[in-house]
Order: sequence, then structure tokens, then C-alpha cells
Amino acid sequence: MLTIFSDYTLRTVALGAGALGIVSGVLGSFAVLRKQSLLGDAISHAALPGVVIGFLIGGKSPLALLIGAAGAGWLGTLVVRSIVRTTRIKDDGALGLVLSVFFGIGLMLLTFVQRQPDASQAGLDTFLFGQAAALVRSDVVTIALLGAVAIATVAVFWKEFKLLSFDPEFGTTLGLPMGRIDVLLTTLLVIAIVIGLQTVGVVLMSAMVVAPGAAARQWTNRLGVMVPLSALFGATAGVSGAVISSQEAQLPTGPMIVLSASVLVLVSLSLAPGRGLLWELWRRRKNRKRLSVDAVLADLYALDLQHEDEHPHSVAALNAMSAERDGVGEELKQLEDRGWASQAAEEQWVLTDAGRAEARLRSRSASMPGDGRASEEADGRLGAAP
Amino acid sequence: MTQPQLEIQAIAVVTAIACALPGVFLVLRRVALLSDAISHSILLGIVLAFFVAGSVTSPLLIVGAAAMGLITVVLVQALTRTKLVANDAAIGLVFPALFSIAVVLIARYSGDVHLDTDVVLLGELAFAPFERLVIAGYDMGPQSLYLMGGILLLNFAGLLLFYKELKLATFDAALAAALGFSPALVHFGLMGMVSVTAVGAFDAVGSILVVALMIAPPATAYLLTDRLPSMIAGSALIGAAAAIGGYWLAHLLDASIAGSIATVLGAMFAVAFALAPQRGLIAVARRRGRQRWEFARTMLAIHLLNHEGLPEAADENRVEHLKDGLGWDGDFTAEVVKQAKRNGLLWEGEGALILTDSGRRLAESAVAA
Repeated sequence: MLTIFSDYTLRTVALGAGALGIVSGVLGSFAVLRKQSLLGDAISHAALPGVVIGFLIGGKSPLALLIGAAGAGWLGTLVVRSIVRTTRIKDDGALGLVLSVFFGIGLMLLTFVQRQPDASQAGLDTFLFGQAAALVRSDVVTIALLGAVAIATVAVFWKEFKLLSFDPEFGTTLGLPMGRIDVLLTTLLVIAIVIGLQTVGVVLMSAMVVAPGAAARQWTNRLGVMVPLSALFGATAGVSGAVISSQEAQLPTGPMIVLSASVLVLVSLSLAPGRGLLWELWRRRKNRKRLSVDAVLADLYALDLQHEDEHPHSVAALNAMSAERDGVGEELKQLEDRGWASQAAEEQWVLTDAGRAEARLRSRSASMPGDGRASEEADGRLGAAP
Repeated sequence: MTQPQLEIQAIAVVTAIACALPGVFLVLRRVALLSDAISHSILLGIVLAFFVAGSVTSPLLIVGAAAMGLITVVLVQALTRTKLVANDAAIGLVFPALFSIAVVLIARYSGDVHLDTDVVLLGELAFAPFERLVIAGYDMGPQSLYLMGGILLLNFAGLLLFYKELKLATFDAALAAALGFSPALVHFGLMGMVSVTAVGAFDAVGSILVVALMIAPPATAYLLTDRLPSMIAGSALIGAAAAIGGYWLAHLLDASIAGSIATVLGAMFAVAFALAPQRGLIAVARRRGRQRWEFARTMLAIHLLNHEGLPEAADENRVEHLKDGLGWDGDFTAEVVKQAKRNGLLWEGEGALILTDSGRRLAESAVAA
């Protein structure tokens, strides 16, 4: 585990994956909030023709590939926007169309180039699944530099991006060019995706955009907390994926990064305070228990009304009063704790004065609207009005 | 045309039509991207079924893959229903996770077996005729033609049998539920159809281009028609045409057939996007232009009506004066006046413009409206 400090390759890969996680975490937060989670999927697929064209023009220069990928990805988002804006095809159709058609064009171009006699065999594998293990220092520097530019831009336009994510119409009324701000944010997302392609590949890049943001969203309602948290989650997923995949042979890095991110999402979905699934489960149980205690109190009160004096009632009678009840021991104990009921004998319980008062209060407030007395009062008031 | 060429085109056409049929409803129901999710996560189903069956040719693979497609849909729905993430994020979380598990399993446990992720993602139509169906020593043709033909029949039968339900649940889910059809059942039926089709087709065209075959033809047809039957027929036709066109494009360039088919599909969509008779960019631009002139003629008629019979009419209704009255420049005014004359809205007498009866009627009805 500590090899991360000594192993040069692992350190490079982990640094690269971590930096990538930070960038995609930051930009992904906005994509998740704006319900554009799958735009990342479309952009990463749409980048393929750009990669091939970049390769044709610039050879194996990484910068040419990056620029080509970014250009094609950006063009893809433009096409999606214009389809959604001018036709009745919705987001999902436009994204699916751009994703698959651009990828198809890229595949056609790539196979065309590969079958030329003097072409060197540029593998499609790298593009599809990423090749984190092949990251070298200059790649990490590129990721870090481009990522820093993207994050700095987010910091500069923080207010505008926040407005765009939550209330773009309000932004328009303030006179801000929301369309151009949207294009800027999308461009940054394109950059985040393009620098990740080499590490995790096309198919899995979309997860790097969605997962950290979706996980961070569970822990907070504030954008200022969510974005850094998402960056932290992204970095954690990147580094731990890289480290885990280095521990054993044949654990591909890209999928391990995505699985780490997925684990973070699962943990966040279950544990997040206030809205997580476990929290919800606990709240539901508490509610159910409270309701069943209330029901037993009401039943005990109903039995109590049958008698002038204080009269103990059997547990069996209480059990029989509701079909889906199995045992009232716990509920009675709760009532006793609150001083509303007491045990008179074995299996015999009686309502205390406080319990009777409480139950009367509740039954009255529950039956208020249809209550005879209430309508009488209303009638009286109506009569006095003229 | 040689025998394999013919066979490849036949497989491509059958696959394209089989994909287009469920695709229509994916696009109309706005769940197009579920096809993307399903076509990726079926890889995990294939891998798991492969571990159970121990061979890549077992029919269990198709069953496992289709089941995984449905599981994907269920997971996405369950995640959406927690309300903790939006539907699109749920899709983006589920399928990469399932796909990652599949890739890791393949990398670790089936290193020397023929189960190549490239092939799953990209497919290779050119190899499809190599696998022959041989019955009692007779060569009956390529296996995948039968597989896709069977899936096409299945989809077609499903469409015929449940046409009414699909249509109702797609266009008015609330009414469908009120009438006692279960929208959920229709949804899962459709998703089952998509899963089986994706499994059958990924072998030939790869999982990413299954998405192209499912979405691009219906999206194109959607721009051309307002009627469901013609949209279905149009999608099938567009898919088939792109399959044949794509094959020959690939032949010409010596490139991937699946990629070329997607390219042709993209080109067809682009043409429809630009030229569709009602909804195309050009039609919309022309309609806007026409409305502009129509509006200007009406404005002119209203202007003339306003001053008609009043002392200043002779002044206000002169052509040179319209510039001030309506704020138009000279060329534009001249063109509007020319058009209005041609349409019989007005005539020119004593240097001023005078409305005809029909011009007056137009102005009066426009003002009244």
C-alpha cells in the first residue's frame, strides 16, 4: 500500500487519476445539478472523430489529439443544443443521436486511416478503455495545467455558474448573457472530459462526471460545499482506483477508478445525514413505532370510556382491537415511560389520569372538523353576524 | 455482387429494421438513452452467463444479457425513485458501474478465452457471414441472419399485438392507467424488446452503434411525419436504406461497416434536419420570411385604413411618407407596396395609396383580431 510513495509509475498514475478526479468532480457537480449528467457521455463519445483527425494532422502529438478531441466534443454539444432548440426531439434523443453518430463517424475514419498502407497502428483500445498505466509525467502535467485553468475559470465565474445552475431566467432578467455563460461552462466540461479520456476511456468517462457530483450532492444543500466535496470524492476515487489496480495483476485501472467512485456513491446514498437511505429507513421505523404507540393509547382510552371508574384492561383485549398488531408490550412500556399508563396486574393495564387527559386531547383534535360542538360555535357566530 | 456481400447487406438491413421498431418508442417516450445504458451493461450479463455456461456460443449468453438489460432498467428506476438523484444521473451511475465490473471480470478471469471487449463494443459485420448455420450437412446461410431475423419477427409481432397499448401508454400514460393498462408493464415489455434486440445486434454492429440504429432512424422520421404508423414505417425504411448505403460507403473506403452505417444515418438526419418539409431549418426560415412580408402588408393596410377619409389622408398615404408613418426604409416599402398591389389590396391614385375593398377587409379583420 505504501508503494505509492516509492513506486514511480504508480505515483504518476495516481497523481494523474487524482488530478483528473478533481477536475471532473468540479465540473461534474454542475452537470449533475443542471440535469445534464449524460452530456458527458455524449461528449466523450463525440470526441473520437476529433481524435482521429488530430492524429491525421498532428501525428502522435498529445496536444493535437487533445485539441481534436475537444473540438469534436464541443461540436457535439453544439449539435445537441441546436437539435433540442429547433426540433421537438428532446435531450435524450439528441444526446443519443450525437453520441452514436459521432462515434460511428470516428470509427469509420479510424478504420479508414488504419487500413492505409503507411499508417502506424494507433490503437483504439486506449481511447475506449483508457490506458492509465501508460500515463507519463508530461501527461500528468498536461492534466494538471488544463485542469487548473478550468478550475480557475470556475472560480472566476462562480456567481454566474451558480445562477445558471439554479435560476437561469433570473440571470437573463439581470441582463447577464446566460447563453454565453452556458457555452463557457460546457466548454470547461469538454476540457475536463477530454483530459480524462486517456486515463479512463470513453465509456467510463461519463461515470467520472456523474459519480462524484451525485455523491457530494447527498451531503449538502450548499453549492459552495458540494463542489469542493465533489472534487475530494473525485480525487479519492482516482487515487484509490489507481492504487487498488496496482495491487494485483490484471485489474484494469479505468474500471477500478469507476468502481471506487461507485462505492463512494453507494456510501453517500445510504449514509448521508438527513436524506440517505438508512436515515430514511430509521425515520420510517421511528414513525411507525410512534403511530403504533398512539394507536394503543387510543384503544386503551376507548376501553376506558366504557367504565366510570379506573378499570384495568387485558393485553389480550388490546391485541384483539387491531388486526395487524402482534403484541403491544413495547408500546405499553413506552406509554408507561411517559406516565400515561401503568400496569395494574399481570397482563392488565390501566390508563393514568395524565394518559386519559392526553388521549382526550388527541381524540378531540382529531375529530375537530366534524365535531358537533365546533359547528355549533360556527352557527352561533353566523347568527350573531348581522 | 458476391454471396458474402449480399449476406452482409441482408444482415445489416434486418438488424437495422429490428432496432428501429423499438427505437421509435424509445424516442417518443424520451428514454432514448436507456438504449445506451442497456447496450453497455449487457456485457456483464454476457460475462456472467459465460462463466456459468463455459462457452461463448451458448444460448444462455443471450438470456443472461437480456436479463441484465432489464436489471439495468430496474436499477435505474429504483435509484430514481429514491429521489436522491435525477433520472439522467441514475443512468449515468448504473451502466458504467455494471460495465466496469464486466471489464474487470474479463481482464481477470477470461484472459485466454475469446471474449474481447473491443468486439462487444464495436462489432464487425464483415465477419458475420463466417458463422454458418448448417443443418444436416446443408449450408443454410449465416447464423446471425437467422438470429436477427428471429428478433425482427419477435419485435414485429410484439408491435402488432401491443400496438394499441404502446401507443396509448406513450402518448397518454394517465389515460392508459385509467383504462386499466399498466404503463409499467408496457414499459418493461418495451425494455425487454430493447434488451433482446441489443443483445442480438451487438454481435453484428457493436453496442455503441446499436444506439445509432435505435435512435437515429426514429429521430429522422420524427422530423418528417406526425403520424405514428408512418413514423414506424419511415424509421424502418431509413434504417434499411442506411444499412445498404453504409455497406457500400464502407466498401468504398475500406472502413468499418458499422461506423459507415452510423455515418450514413447521421447524414440522413442532417438532411432531414435541414430540409424536412414542415420542421426543417430551411422550411422554418422560409416560413418566417413569408410571415414577415405578410405582416408588413397587413401593417400597410392598417396604416392606410387609419388615415382613410381624414384630411391628412392625401399626405399620410403617399409612398414617400410611409417611411415616417411606419418606420420602413425605401426599398422595403417599395417591395411591400408592390406585393400589396399584386395581391389586390390597394391601388395608387393621385400620388396616394388607396385601399381596395379586399384591402380594407384585411385591415379591419386584423384590427378586430
